[in-house]
Amino acid sequence: MTLRLAATRLIPVWAVLAALMLGMLLVRLAGANPFVAYSELLRGAFADLFGFSTTLVKTTPLLFAGLGVAVALRAGLFNIGAEGQIYLGGLGATLVGVYLHGLPPVVHIPLTLFAGALAGGLWALLPIVLRVTRGVNEVITTLLMNYIGFFLVSWVVSGPLMEPGAPYPYSRALDPATNLPVLIPATDAHAGILIALFLALLLHLLFARTAYGFQLRAVGANPMASAYAGMNVRVTLVAAMVLGGALAGVAGAVEVTGLKHRLFEGFSPGYGYDAIVVAFLSNGQPLGVVAMSFFFGALRSGANIMQRSLGVPVAIVFAIQGLAVIFLAAGLAIQRRSLVLELLRARLKGGATTDAHVEAARHDAF
Amino acid sequence: MKVTGGRAVPAHGRDPILRMEKITKRFGPVLANDQIDLVVREGSVHGLLGENGAGKTTLVNILYGLYQPDAGRMLLRGRQVRFTSPRSAIRQGIGMIHQQFMLVPPLTVAENIILGLPPRRSAFLDLRRVEAEIRTLSKTYRLDVDPRAPIWQLPVGIQQRVEILKALYRQADLFILDEPTSVLTPAESEALFEIVKRLVSEGRSVIFITHKLDEVMHVCNEVTVLRQGRVVATLPTTETTPAALARMMVGRDVVLRLEKGPARRNGVVLQIDGLRASNDRSLPALKGVSFAVQQGEVFGIAGVDGNGQTELAEVVSGLRRATAGRIMLRGVDVTNAPVRRRISQGLAYIPSDRHRFGVIPDLTVADNLVLKDFYHPPFAYRAILQPGTIRQHAAALAKRFDIRMAGIEQEVRQLSGGNQQKVVLAREVSGDPHLIVAMQPTRGLDVGASEFVLRTILAQRDRGAAVLYTSAELDEVLAVSDRVAVMFDGEIMGIVRPNEVSLEEVSLMMGGALRKLLLPPTEVNE
Repeated sequence: MTLRLAATRLIPVWAVLAALMLGMLLVRLAGANPFVAYSELLRGAFADLFGFSTTLVKTTPLLFAGLGVAVALRAGLFNIGAEGQIYLGGLGATLVGVYLHGLPPVVHIPLTLFAGALAGGLWALLPIVLRVTRGVNEVITTLLMNYIGFFLVSWVVSGPLMEPGAPYPYSRALDPATNLPVLIPATDAHAGILIALFLALLLHLLFARTAYGFQLRAVGANPMASAYAGMNVRVTLVAAMVLGGALAGVAGAVEVTGLKHRLFEGFSPGYGYDAIVVAFLSNGQPLGVVAMSFFFGALRSGANIMQRSLGVPVAIVFAIQGLAVIFLAAGLAIQRRSLVLELLRARLKGGATTDAHVEAARHDAF
Repeated sequence: MKVTGGRAVPAHGRDPILRMEKITKRFGPVLANDQIDLVVREGSVHGLLGENGAGKTTLVNILYGLYQPDAGRMLLRGRQVRFTSPRSAIRQGIGMIHQQFMLVPPLTVAENIILGLPPRRSAFLDLRRVEAEIRTLSKTYRLDVDPRAPIWQLPVGIQQRVEILKALYRQADLFILDEPTSVLTPAESEALFEIVKRLVSEGRSVIFITHKLDEVMHVCNEVTVLRQGRVVATLPTTETTPAALARMMVGRDVVLRLEKGPARRNGVVLQIDGLRASNDRSLPALKGVSFAVQQGEVFGIAGVDGNGQTELAEVVSGLRRATAGRIMLRGVDVTNAPVRRRISQGLAYIPSDRHRFGVIPDLTVADNLVLKDFYHPPFAYRAILQPGTIRQHAAALAKRFDIRMAGIEQEVRQLSGGNQQKVVLAREVSGDPHLIVAMQPTRGLDVGASEFVLRTILAQRDRGAAVLYTSAELDEVLAVSDRVAVMFDGEIMGIVRPNEVSLEEVSLMMGGALRKLLLPPTEVNE
């Protein structure tokens, strides 16, 4: 019984291992020795200071945004909009960093992060309000909001906020008081990862130990029964989605204040989409998100070294990521027990007319 | 027409259309069907009688190709057949009307009926023609179904007729009706029996699954009684009596009897005045309903499914908005108050569909038992959960309500239906509520579990709770209630005492043919 449970919990780990095994075949096809390549990858991700700091830098936004997707998932919602929320978060932080001056870092840094959270949260608000009032599927709206967010930032950094005389679109520099402390001297590693880890722990406690976490889970698992038990489904859903958007927004804010110190056009290489993978592989568990985002961060960082020394293309890493998702889906399909899968199944089966969330939200409309 | 009236030739004298021989089916350790023989004669109604879990549904699911038998063989019209899927069974002229309807809610009646059928004549879908054909069929059998209505808008009773239409449209000649009257009123059942008789009069055959004795005597030519997966007897209904069948079915004499003392009524708990509400389609579902429920009584709501009972229960429990009128709960106006305020005023709710409304299957037994109270002391202080208290609470309730499970950390989805309903009962009743709204609380439960639910509810009544009780089973409402309001088309046709009213009168009221206050008006609000 407990063995079975353990096996179920470990499905993501098996999926990742299986993906790595199949990845070896791809490495071989690329003309390199898989064992050499993987040890090179490992060395690149951890062994030297520069590689490790890159791992941390890549982990940070994945962790923030992964938490953002996971919170929504807990409440039974698919937040596909983390990418757009990252862009808005970056924009919010930039506005506070570019227009405000003369504040001490201890005030200015929290202010930028808060602005990022606020912008990301607001970006998630519209889709979830449409969802609970009109039954508009949040998968579609959050996805489409990504494009709006991306192009909004593009416009801002090539127009109102653009650095005069810049060769390509990026914003003026943020006030130095907004810069996050550097963790490892002479590298990019910044304190964002600490904030992210702290938030992950906080979320873990929220989920496991508080009445709010209980309600989130109850509403996510069965909104109708939750409504009958007196919970306000509508408020819970809005809160979960906005919190998720805020977390993804902080990812964008930290990218700007910790790493680039300016807002660049297209500054996120799809962290928001990778965050979906991270959250799904973690089955919505915050500590799982920590592990998975660290794993993918390391993979990305190590892949660069591997490419440089062995000529194995970085794309292999993305293939491994994709394979992990496929194996996960296969594993869950066999076990038939997973939050994500249950939700997908309910959605596909129910169609538009028997959407439990909408029905529940309608019931607690007053 | 070969045989007029279906009784010109004694049923046992005709040729068999179906012969099932030594059918055996095992599910894990459970022997669901043990060497069952069943012979259905052409142009007859063959009853399949037995309690829940006797193996009736398993047997017909084998016939319908849903299950493969472990042993035994089937002969249809003298030819040996083996159905690997319902599709092959349908092709051979078998039509099944399941207990739980197999309809696609967003599609219309016509679309559901042609679903999975190959196009006739041309490659294009001629829905209009199909609709016309369905309308004709519907008229012939007096089913009164609009082929253009989407399924999700239809009440359960009409959905069943759609299932019958579906089989008719596929020109089935062997119909399987699985507990078809469980959702119907006496009048509707009567109409169904007419349909069944019309079917057999045209030479078609019907397998009629039921656990109701009067139905067997009324519509069946022959009956096979099952008990614990085995055939007890097969005999013509003319050669048996209800009492004899009952003995065969349960192995002992049974009477529907609930032992209860007289109601000790003591002050109004729930007062409803001129209540109006709309259904999901924004049509009026409650058209000015007024009544009062007192402490220490069970107030039953009888009526055909879809006459406003669901909406009434939802408005009272706070899940549907009242458009007019007033709901007073212990002297406090809670008309459109949030659910949580009603709960704190002493409301408990036992829903009909446990899986959707009563429990959260993915959560543990312990978590489900605090679903209403998890946020306040002693289960949470300043929003911090107290797992120790929650566990103790669960252990105590599991013992008191005899919830059978591996442990309180087991997920509720793994429990049997009866034990899931015990989880709901334990949660709802343990807080000594002032008002219990019970919405078909025994639906889908076996006899033992139903009895437990009814006994628990009556114990609550004797403790002093007011109970608002709804059920589609007329017998059950009459047995459990002290007073019964009969609803028809969103209105209360009358409020009666079960022991002072005839079944015929109640049936007439349920059908809207009789509006009568059988109690003197002073009695109602005494």
